[in-house]
Amino acid sequence: MNWIYDPWPWYIGGPLIAVVMLLLLLSEKKFGMSSNLKTICAAFGAGKSTPFFDYDWKSQRWNIIVILGAFVGGLIGAQFLSFETAVDLHPDVVLQLQGLNIVDAGQAYMPERLFGDASWTDWKSLSILAVGGFLVGFGARYAGGCTSGHAISGLSNLQLPSLIAVIGFFIGGIIMNHFLIRYVL
Amino acid sequence: MRTIRYFIIGILFGITLFKSEAASWFRIYEMFQFKSFHMYGIIGSALVLGVVITQSIKRFGIKSFYGQPIVIADKEKMLKSNLYGGIVFGLGWALVGACPGPIFVLLGAGYLPVLVLFFSATLGTFVYGKLKKRLPH
Repeated sequence: MNWIYDPWPWYIGGPLIAVVMLLLLLSEKKFGMSSNLKTICAAFGAGKSTPFFDYDWKSQRWNIIVILGAFVGGLIGAQFLSFETAVDLHPDVVLQLQGLNIVDAGQAYMPERLFGDASWTDWKSLSILAVGGFLVGFGARYAGGCTSGHAISGLSNLQLPSLIAVIGFFIGGIIMNHFLIRYVL
Repeated sequence: MRTIRYFIIGILFGITLFKSEAASWFRIYEMFQFKSFHMYGIIGSALVLGVVITQSIKRFGIKSFYGQPIVIADKEKMLKSNLYGGIVFGLGWALVGACPGPIFVLLGAGYLPVLVLFFSATLGTFVYGKLKKRLPH
């Protein structure tokens, strides 16, 4: 059972994600995480001023429970199911990131520069997180879903809108990764 | 009872995203560099199995846990917004390395600055709701 403490290979991770989707479908629900952000807006009363958030958000409480579970899953994965969490990256990527001043590439799970405690007092890290998060939240709703809703659920259901959204994810991702991020980091 | 079931499904999802490194900023960076098969393997195998699952449910009329027919809604057809929104999402995803699922997983794993992501992503969702009528769809 020691393998469980190692990073899981893609052929364990991917099929388990499909199992999560299956369990939700069998529960008469759908697999899509970004809707929760909309639900949170609605739960805080955004529906009073904005029709987009004016719906029965309580019908989506089940999905909030799923993300609370995901929170606990992250805690369990990090605290109880891992000895070592360094991500074994391709050597080219390690070199490249070191050139961009991400010095812990290949030795950590997340870059300390963005996700370490020192970020709280670093305006640059905070701005990157704030801008990136905003784009993720805005874009997911504009596109009608995120990785789970479009790339997994939607494509599994052979949906053209999902294919177009996923192509968009990669256009945006490649522009950021190959052309913009070097000026930002 | 159902609440516990959703909670356990979420835990399985959270552990899977953390342990398979799909929640790692580094893996997303590497994916957009096309330097590793890992993320493509995860998304691809989830998708292949997902197609089999979804199409089997539709074709064989598999019933839910509660004995009801399973209805899988089509995604709304607004192709412009799928593309434009997708590009905006991709820009953010490649920058902060986290989509909405991993945000919650990483918070649980103890990366507290992800709280900034959570609040700004919620704000982004709110602003989209405000601007929706004025955006091309």
